[in-house]
Order: sequence, then C-alpha cells, then structure tokens
Amino acid sequence: MTTPAIPAPDLVVVDRLMKTFDVSPPLITRLATGAKPRMLKAVDGVSFRIAPGRTLSLVGESGCGKTTVARCVAGLQAPSGGTIAYRGVPIADIVAGKSPYRREIQMIFQDPYGSLNPRWRVGRIIADPIRALKLAASGAETDAAVARLLVAVGLSPADARKYPHEFSGGQRQRIAVARALASRPALIVCDEPTSALDVSVQAQILNLMRDLQDEFGLTYLFISHNLSVVDHMSSEVAVMYLGRIVETAHTADLFSAPKHPYTRLLLKAMPSLDQVGAVREPMQGEVPNPIDPPTGCAFHPRCPFAADRCRQERPDLRPLAGGTVACHRAEEIG
Amino acid sequence: MTRTPLVDVRDLRVCARTDRGHLTVLDGVSFDIMPGEILGVVGESGAGKSMTGTALTGLIEPPMSIDGGEIRCAGRRIDNLPPDQLRLVRGKEIATIFQDPLTALNPVFTIGRQLVETIGEHTGLAGAEAQREAVTLLAQVGIPAPESRLASYPHEFSGGMRQRVVIALALAGRPKLIVADEPTTALDVSIQGQIIALLRDLCARRGTAVMLITHDMGVIAEAAHRVAVMYAGRIVEIGPVADVVHRPRHPYTRGLMGSIPAIGRRLKRLPQIDGAMPRPSEIPPGCAFAPRCPIVVPECREQRPALDPDGIHRAACRRSAEVGSA
Ligand SMILES: Nc1ncnc2c1ncn2[C@@H]1O[C@H](COP(=O)(O)OP(=O)(O)OP(=O)(O)O)[C@@H](O)[C@H]1O
Ligand code: SF4
Ligand SMILES: [Mg+2]
Repeated sequence: MTTPAIPAPDLVVVDRLMKTFDVSPPLITRLATGAKPRMLKAVDGVSFRIAPGRTLSLVGESGCGKTTVARCVAGLQAPSGGTIAYRGVPIADIVAGKSPYRREIQMIFQDPYGSLNPRWRVGRIIADPIRALKLAASGAETDAAVARLLVAVGLSPADARKYPHEFSGGQRQRIAVARALASRPALIVCDEPTSALDVSVQAQILNLMRDLQDEFGLTYLFISHNLSVVDHMSSEVAVMYLGRIVETAHTADLFSAPKHPYTRLLLKAMPSLDQVGAVREPMQGEVPNPIDPPTGCAFHPRCPFAADRCRQERPDLRPLAGGTVACHRAEEIG
Repeated sequence: MTRTPLVDVRDLRVCARTDRGHLTVLDGVSFDIMPGEILGVVGESGAGKSMTGTALTGLIEPPMSIDGGEIRCAGRRIDNLPPDQLRLVRGKEIATIFQDPLTALNPVFTIGRQLVETIGEHTGLAGAEAQREAVTLLAQVGIPAPESRLASYPHEFSGGMRQRVVIALALAGRPKLIVADEPTTALDVSIQGQIIALLRDLCARRGTAVMLITHDMGVIAEAAHRVAVMYAGRIVEIGPVADVVHRPRHPYTRGLMGSIPAIGRRLKRLPQIDGAMPRPSEIPPGCAFAPRCPIVVPECREQRPALDPDGIHRAACRRSAEVGSA
C-alpha cells in the first residue's frame, strides 16, 4: 500500500456525524389525520479521516447520504450530531469566522450550470473570492491571478470577458474549478463533479483535477456513484448504504477484495466494457426507505447472506484486513 | 439470414431555422433496425442521438424540420405522414420511453387507470378485458402482485418500479419498435441491470425492436446487439457491439473508449481527446472530427468521409484501416 511511513496529522476528522431532517407532514395535516412527526436520518453516525494530499471517496446509491456528508464537511449545513474538525478546529468555528481556515475549504458541485452566477462575467466569478479574501494587492494583480487560474484549468485568459452561457458543460466545470482554486484552498469537496458530463469531457476534468492535486498538494473529499471513476481518483474509499458507512478500504483493496456483501454486489452490478453482451447479475430489491429503515443490518432485505442475527442486531464498523467493515458475517463469506 | 429491416432510415437530414440562419442538426443519417434487435445509439450531448429518436417518433417540431431523407417502418414511409395517421403510428407501432419515469406518468391518476386508458386507446379493449391486459402487462415487466398495484399512485412506487410501469405503458399498443432515450440514466446501478434484463427479455420474447439511446457505453455493451456512434449530427461508426468496443475503426470511437475509466486499470491519467465537439453552427467542412483527430491528413479537412458502403462494421473515416485496436 501507499500509506506514508510517517503518518501526517489528518486534515479532516469526522466523528459520528449525524444529520436528521424533519420530513413530517404539515402540522395541519397531522392534526387532521393524527399522523406522527417523521424524522429522516440522512446520515447516521459516519466517521472518517482524510490525510493531507489524499483523496477519500464516498460512494453509494442515490439517497445514501453522500451529499449530506459533503455539505456538512464543507460547512454548508450544520450537523445534528457528531463533530467535524479541520486541522483540529471544529467546522462550526471555522464557519463562524473564528479561524482563518474558511478559505481553505472549497466545494465543487455536480451542476456546473447552477453553480455559476449567469449574470457575471467569468472574470468576476473567479475574482470574487480573491477580492473578498484580499488575496491580491491591486486590480492588476487580481486580473493576473484570474488569467493564471484560467490557464491552469485549460481555458484562455480572454475567456474572462465571457458569460457562463457561452461555454459548454465541461468548460463551465473548468470555470467552477478555477473559482474553487482562487481562494488557494487545501481541501476541495467535490460532489459528483463529472456526473453531468459526457465521458470524453469527464476524462478531461478528472485529469485536470489530478494535475491540480499534484501541483497544489490538494486534498479531495470526492463524492460519486460511479465506481470506476472512484477507482481512478481515490486513495481510500468509503462505501455508504442508507446513511451509514458499511466498508472502508484502500482503493486497490476495495476493488480487488471487497468485504461487505453490498460492495460485492455493487461491483458485480457495474456494467463492464470487457463483457459485451453479458447481462450483469441484477441486485435484488431496491434501496429501502430511509424514513423507515430495516431493523438490524439495513442491507439484510437484499443480502444473500442475511441470517437471524442480521435482522436483529445492527453490525458496527470494525477493523478487518487493513480496512473496516460493518457486517456480521464478513469473515465467513470472505 | 435475409430478413427485412423493421426500421429503415436513409440519409436523414434535420435542420433548425434560427435567427442566425439555417443549421443542420442531423446530416446524412442512415441505419436500420431488425425485428427483435436492440440498436444502441451513443454519442455526447448535442451529437444528435435524441434528435434521431425524435425523428423516428414523428415528434420533430418547428423550428426543427426534416429536410431530407426517408424513414420507413415495416416498409411504410412514416416521415411524411399527415398528423392523424402519424398519431396511429405513434404509440401503436412506435412507442417511447424517456429518462425520467415521473414525467411519463400522471401523478394524480392510479397506475391502473393510466394503463387501462392507454390500452383502450391502442387496442380498443375496455372494462374487465382492459383490466386483465393491464395486469398481464405489469406482470410482464416484473411488478410483483400486479392486481394489487393497479390502485397505486406513481409516487407510491420506487424509481425502478416506476420505470417498469413506463415500459408497461409503452408495451400497451404492442409496438414493433420502442425508442428508449436514456431509460436507465436516472436509476441506480443496482436497478439498471434489472431494467436492461427486462428490455432484452422483451425483445427476445416479443420480437420488439429497441432503439436504445444513451451516453453510457457500459449500458450499450450490456444491452445492445449493434451500436451506432454519433458525432456532430452524423453517424461515424456502426457495427456489432463487440467489434465497435474492442476494435473501433473510427478515431473518435477509439478515443471515446479509451477515456472511459475501468475498474482495475489504475492509470495515472485517462487518455483524453482534447478539445470539444463542434456546435451545429461551427461544424467544419470535411470530417467533423478532423480538428481533434490524432491521425488527420489534409484531405480529411477537404472532403467529408462517407460511412463505408458495405459490411456489418462500418466507419466514416478515410484512415479507418489505421485505427488500431483500443
Ligand atoms: N433538506 C432535506 N430535507 C429532507 N430530506 C433530505 C434533505 N436533504 C436530503 N434529504 C434526504 O436525506 C437522504 C440523503 O440524501 P443525500 O442527498 O445526502 O443523498 P446522496 O447520497 O447525495 O444521493 P444522490 O446520489 O441522489 O445525490 C435522502 O433520503 C434525502 O431524500
Ligand atoms: S450483517 Fe448480515 S445482512 Fe448485513 S451485510 Fe452482513 S451478512 Fe448481510
Ligand atoms: Mg448527492
């Protein structure tokens, strides 16, 4: 493995993160029908660490809580429980402006259309954080910084005068990356940054992100539902199911020797260009309703290995062979 | 085998009239689909995949218009039909499935009512007979306990179940062709496989042909028999899926295959095609891929290469013999 010999202090430490949403019917309906308030545990006790310069990916199906974790780590959403620390400082303090680390954490979103102000020229979009954080001494210096950023993401300095709608989806994502880089971040939270892009454009953006990581020593929290993109981008992977992490491992280990039954089935369900015409083994059933999660192991209704204990007792995440796994039967089925 | 194609598209040309002039959106698109065959259509957004599907279903509307070529279904020309006849073709001979199952379903009516209505429209069945047909269709698309689900509303179904219902609706008119535009894109991987298995099964059992439009090469590899690769409004390569994936003959297809990350490949960088596909207003003369092509020669920029006239695996590239395997 490529774990550094001298462990660097972790940049991000997430400990038992919880995020609950109130999804109750309106009060009036509740009074009329006697319906009870309902809480949805979008994230239910998630813990992980990210070392500087590395990429941790969160992978899982729609609704498993990836975006919620990402938004909490980026400080865009307050957790309902647990802690998140960046360089040892609680995110809540950073968001409140009690530490200079605010500019070090940036986020890139899936939708490069929605995340750029359509009425601003690209130059202003990228210059905005530079001005707000007073990272340049003069207007000329700001312009020079914008030009450098545009070149760094593969656009041209002349593009600063254009508006977002004049660019293709891939180019807009480059602009979003340039804006994120403008504040000289150390950590970039990337939520499905290429999911809305075509594969050929995706390759360009993923290559760009890796080049920038090398150049600026960036750390990524990378969110994706696409396992092959995750394999390409990450040093470590955490697999989520229904608000919880069910397995973590070094990337190569996860893909060569998955331990959790969900990870295994997810890998089998991936379409592969090597097997033209072979129908993947479809996973049985569907993702359960997070408002009313199954008892015991949340995966048991779809798990081919489920036993009585799985239906009753929730498995905790525990160390196994260099990674962690939350499954009662991980050793037996290995 | 000497079967006649169900669908035969020849030299299809679709144009858009805009205030900046006349734009050619599809140019010289030709292909056929056999009964029971799944033809995949891939390409990046803007390449013309959906427009081709729209032309087949007769839904091209101003400012777009079909400016040339022919579309035949079961031997009959359908690109120039008057609206009343077109309506008979649509749904009955050719049905569509779109990406988002929610837009295809009416949220305020039960699944049963929507099915019975569609069945009535296409087959004239009514009452108990239509109900029975609705149950049969739901069973065919793999909805467990179909009788009890007729009274359910769309929101009571999960995403995968909704897409099954949409497929059941598409089957109601017993169509010969289903145009499926990104039918699995909104679904989770674990559900995608279920829907693809269903489509393949329906083609095999009912002889329904499918035009499967997607940007996901993995879905094509798994589901389709043949694949057409589109670039800038043209088909640049067409052939059996295994051939196109493993032995591409067009440099664009080769670049596309190379840029897809694969588990276990663990490259430092993904091979990338630099630049971007031209917009319809900026398509260069000659080969539309020439500005990005690694093996371009001067003639490519002057004369537009046609799709090879013969063979089952054809490319539109004058240097296709030199495009190595991926
Ligand atoms: N503001 C909110 N109010 C109520 N429920 C929410 C809210 N945000 C998220 N949820 C719910 O929390 C759960 C986790 O959502 P989240 O967006 O984090 O999932 P995700 O893994 O990012 O999914 P996707 O792959 O679809 O983006 C889902 O059930 C979602 O419906
Ligand atoms: S704990 Fe039991 S049900 Fe859950 S994944 Fe493991 S074997 Fe399957
Ligand atoms: Mg998300």
